[in-house]
Amino acid sequence: MSTLTRFSAIPYTGPAPTNRNPYVPADVATIDARGAEIAARAGVALEQETGLDLPAFIVAKEAIVPTLRALRDHTEFQFDLPLDLFGVDYPGREQRFDVVYQLYSVKNNERIRLKVRVGETESVPTSVDVYRAFDWFEREVFDMYGVRFEGHPNLRRILTHEMFQGHALRKDYDPAQRWLLSEQGVAKLKPKIDPRFEVEHSDFERVTLNLGPSHPAMHGTLRCAVTLEGETIVGADQEIGYLHRCFEKMSETHTYQQVIPFTDRLNYCSAVINNVGYCMTVEKLLGVAAPERAQHVRLMLSEFYRIADHIVCIGTNLVDLGALTNFWYLFQPREEIIALAESCSGARLLPTYLRIGGLAVDVPADFLSNSQRIVNMLPKYIDEVEALVMKNRIFRDRTEGVGAITKEDALNFGFTGPCLRAAGVPFDVRKASPYLGYETYDWDVPYAEGGDTYARFLVRFEEMRQSIRILQQAIDRGLPSGPVIVDNPYVALPPKEKVYNEMESLIYHFKLIMHGIQPPVGEAYFQVEGGNGEVGFYIVSDGTKNPYRVRVRPPCFPIFEAYGHMIMGQTIPDAIATLGSLNIIAGELDH
Amino acid sequence: MPVLKNDSSIIERKTGVAPGQGPEKGLITLPGETANESDDLGGGSYLTTKLDTMVNWARGNSLWPLPFGTACCAIEFMSMVSSAYDIARFGAEVVRFSPRQADLLIVAGTIVDKLAPVLKKIYDQMPEPKYVLAMGACATSGGFYRAYHVVQGIDEIIPVDIWVPGCPPTPDGLMYGILKLKEKIERGEIKRG
Repeated sequence: MSTLTRFSAIPYTGPAPTNRNPYVPADVATIDARGAEIAARAGVALEQETGLDLPAFIVAKEAIVPTLRALRDHTEFQFDLPLDLFGVDYPGREQRFDVVYQLYSVKNNERIRLKVRVGETESVPTSVDVYRAFDWFEREVFDMYGVRFEGHPNLRRILTHEMFQGHALRKDYDPAQRWLLSEQGVAKLKPKIDPRFEVEHSDFERVTLNLGPSHPAMHGTLRCAVTLEGETIVGADQEIGYLHRCFEKMSETHTYQQVIPFTDRLNYCSAVINNVGYCMTVEKLLGVAAPERAQHVRLMLSEFYRIADHIVCIGTNLVDLGALTNFWYLFQPREEIIALAESCSGARLLPTYLRIGGLAVDVPADFLSNSQRIVNMLPKYIDEVEALVMKNRIFRDRTEGVGAITKEDALNFGFTGPCLRAAGVPFDVRKASPYLGYETYDWDVPYAEGGDTYARFLVRFEEMRQSIRILQQAIDRGLPSGPVIVDNPYVALPPKEKVYNEMESLIYHFKLIMHGIQPPVGEAYFQVEGGNGEVGFYIVSDGTKNPYRVRVRPPCFPIFEAYGHMIMGQTIPDAIATLGSLNIIAGELDH
Repeated sequence: MPVLKNDSSIIERKTGVAPGQGPEKGLITLPGETANESDDLGGGSYLTTKLDTMVNWARGNSLWPLPFGTACCAIEFMSMVSSAYDIARFGAEVVRFSPRQADLLIVAGTIVDKLAPVLKKIYDQMPEPKYVLAMGACATSGGFYRAYHVVQGIDEIIPVDIWVPGCPPTPDGLMYGILKLKEKIERGEIKRG
C-alpha cells in the first residue's frame, strides 16, 4: 500500500503582484469630498461615482446638455475649458458605451469627468452649442464607436475614410480589418460659408480652392478647402485623418511596455514628452514612482525636446513665410539636442528612452557636460533669430493681427499650450498641476495678448528661454545618484547579471516578458504639458497585460478644429502663416 | 581602317573596324558599358549607348526629390536636407513640392488608406523617368502599425525602387539610400515607359 506525502512549496515572501487589488487613487478621500461638494452646489442633478482619480459623475443622456451648460456658466466652478470627449466600449453591459466628457476650470484649476451611458441604438444630444470643441470630438466618437449625436450639424466620419465600414474601436472589430478607398470614393469637401459672408457683395465669382493634403504648407497630411471671394476666405472646411494610424486600437493589442514606441510617434517632434505622459499614467495606476535620478533625466529631456519642438515649429513657419535662413540656422542646435538623446538611448529622433517605472538604461557619463554645452549654445541662436524676424517690418505685417482668436473662443475651442497662452490665458500644466518636480524650479509662464500669429511667436520664443532656465537649474543641481528604474519585479526587468545568476530573477524576467505588466483594475487620467498643449492619457485597465482602453488627449485636435474659424475673412497667405504658427503635428492630430 | 593608338589618353580605345564593317560598337569603352552589353539587344548604335550612359550619369547626380512627407520620417528628411547632413553634396537638394517638377518621390512616413489615392495621383502626375524611394518601416511594410487603416507597404499602390529601413531612418541612412538609387540609375537598371 503506497502512502501519499504532501510537499508544501516554499512560502513566497517577495512583493505582491500588482493587479491583486483594484486601483485606488492616493488622495481618494479629498477627491470624493470635492466631488460631493460639486454635486451639491452645481444646481443640476449629478450622480457621483466615487473612488476615481477625478471627481466623476454619471449623467443621464437627456440631461447632458443642461448639465454641461450649468457647469460652464456656474459662477463658482466655471468649467470653461472642454478638455476631452471620448468613448469606451464595454460589450458585456446592457448600455455598452461610456461617453466620457472631461472638463477643466481655469479659475479653480480642477478637472472633472462626466460619463453618459448609452446602448447601441441610442443617441446622445449634441453639446456643440455649449462647447464648440466638441464638434470634432463627437464626430470622432461616432466614427470610432457608432454612437450618434442628435442634432449634430455635420455628423460624418472624421478619422477613417468614406468607404470604411464598421466602427473600429468597438471591441468586436478586428484590428487588422482594412477597407480600401478608391479614387472615385473620395468625397468632395464643401466649405461651410461663414454667416458673415452669406450675402455675396463683390463682383467676383466665388471659387473653392483645395489646399493639401500634399501641399508644402499643409505639412503633408492636413487638408483644407476654402471658398474665396476675390482674395477673401469666406468659407473653410478642414479634413483630417490622413495619418490615422490607429494608435488607440494598436494599444489594445499590445502590452503596456510595447505601447511606449507608439506614444513616441504621436507628437514626433517632442517624443520624450509623450513617453513621460504615458509612463506616468501607467505608474499612477500601478502606484509606483520612478526613482529621483530617472525623474531628473525625464525633466531635462522633456525640456530639451520642448525646445526642439518649438524650433521645428518656428523654423517651418518661417519657411512658409519665405524666410528660409532661420530654418537652416535653427536646425543646428536642434541637431545637438537630437544627438544628446541619441547618446542616451541609441535612437535619434524618437528615442523610446523611457520605461514604465524609470528609464531603459542610465545616461552616459558626459550627459551633464553635453547638456551644459547645448544650454550654452542655445541662447545665441534664439536671440539672433528673434532679432532677425521679430522686429522685421515685413514679418510683422504678415503676422500681426493674422489668425487671431479671442480668449473666450480659444477656451471654448479647447485650446491648451502655447496657442492658449498667446490668447492671454496663462495655463500651463507644469505650473497648474506640477509633476517631475517642476514646482521646485524657478521659472515663469509666458503669455501674450491678442491671440494672433505674432503673439504665438512671442510665446514660443520666450518659452524656449524659460526651458533653458529650467535646464540650467537642473544641471546645477546635478544628477541624483541611485538607480534609474524602480526595484519592483512586477514592473521592471531585473538586471541582466541577476537574471543569469539567480533563479528567482530569471522567473521574474520570464514572467514580465511573457505576461507583461499587469496594473490593477481601474481607470486613471494623467496629463503633462506637451510641446503644443496638454497631452493627457486616460487608461482603463482590466488587470491583464494589455490595456483595455488607452485614450490620448491630442492638443492639436481642438486647435486645428478652430483653424477654419481663425482664417475666416482673411487671405490665403494669412491662412498659411496661421497654420504654421499653430504647430499642428499630424501624428497626434489623427492619432 | 586601323585606329590610332594614343598612349597619353586615359580612355581605353578598341581596335576598331570601319563603320558598317563590324559589330556596331563604340570606339571607346564608357564606364559601365561592358556590364550593360547583354542589355543592349536592340543593337543600339555607338551614339545611343554613349548618350544613355551620359544621361543616366547626369540623372543620377541631379535628382529632384518630392518629399511626400507625412509623419516622423519627414522630420528626419528635414534633417537630411539641412546644414548638418546636407544632401546638396550629392546634387539632390532641389526639393520640389510639385510632382510636375520632380523625378524622385520620397515617401517619408506612414501612408494610410485615406491617403492612398492621393499618393497614387501624385505618382501619376510625375513625368518620366521617375523613381520612388520608400523611406522607413511604415512606407516599406506598414511598420508596426498592422492596423485597420494603414497601407501595409506602398508597393501595394506604386512601384518602388529603393527601400530604406529604419523607424525613422537616420539622415545618413536616407542619404545612403539616395546614393544607392544613384548607382542604380547610373547602371541603367531602371527602365520604364
